[in-house]
Amino acid sequence: MISITSFSVEKHTDYTGSKIGMWLFLFTEMLLFGGLFLIYSTYRAKYPISFHVAAKDLNIQIGTLNTILLLTSSLTMAISILSIKNGSRRGSASFLMITIIFGLLFLFNKYFEWGEKIAHGIYPGSEALSVIDSSIVLFYNLYFVMTGLHALHVLAGIFVLFIMFVLLLKKNINRHDFVKLENTGLYWHFVDIIWIYLFPLFYLIT
Amino acid sequence: MQNKRNEAGFLTYLFVWISLIVLTAFTVTVAALNLGKIAVLTALSIASFKSLMVLNFFMHLKYEDRLFHFMLLLSVITLSIIIGFTFFDISFR
Repeated sequence: MISITSFSVEKHTDYTGSKIGMWLFLFTEMLLFGGLFLIYSTYRAKYPISFHVAAKDLNIQIGTLNTILLLTSSLTMAISILSIKNGSRRGSASFLMITIIFGLLFLFNKYFEWGEKIAHGIYPGSEALSVIDSSIVLFYNLYFVMTGLHALHVLAGIFVLFIMFVLLLKKNINRHDFVKLENTGLYWHFVDIIWIYLFPLFYLIT
Repeated sequence: MQNKRNEAGFLTYLFVWISLIVLTAFTVTVAALNLGKIAVLTALSIASFKSLMVLNFFMHLKYEDRLFHFMLLLSVITLSIIIGFTFFDISFR
């Protein structure tokens, strides 16, 4: 008789498969943002002057600061993965926490940036926007939707990063099995790439 | 399983990060020059170059299997067709 215990308990993992799954998800995300970029670019081509005027009112300093914050968070994310590969769970967790803090700082800035706009009566459907040129309204609506969707992705990213932080502490993520952390990193870097395009399109090209 | 090829180390990441920051400073400076028509092209070129750095090093694409490159290419082509054909339509209206 074969006893069940005689089978070795083997964990089935597929390292490449996991990564392919994540990349496929990122491609759907790319098309999601791609659709919005398409709307932005067609209307920009149609109303270049309005977009030029409206974009001038965005705060380049906050935009630049947020770009630097996200780029730096990508660096700390990459170092976090490097640390776990080298067997340092504590180092990995520390750099992951720093990444989370950079993400929160990004959202903190976004809060003030949006808050300032909203204080000036600029928000989707506001009274102040109802009296100005509709193509300028279009710019602001796109600004709120696109940076808003991006901020939502940052928020989701922070949430997942935090779960990974807990998993690291629980040793569920370790030097032999860290594909979850790598996939989280892929997502975080992807969100960074979206911002790399949003930043010049909304803040710089005036 | 991993580390079959020489993967990026700490110094590579640091260099990539410094380049990304420098390129950000560069794109902000260039934007202030009011280049007019080529402003969009310049900004998007710099953004694409930054994205490639993030993709290749931070996202390890450089060290991944060919399949990953192919999948990315396919998605980029799909997006290009969507955007390209839309512009083809609106510019001849």
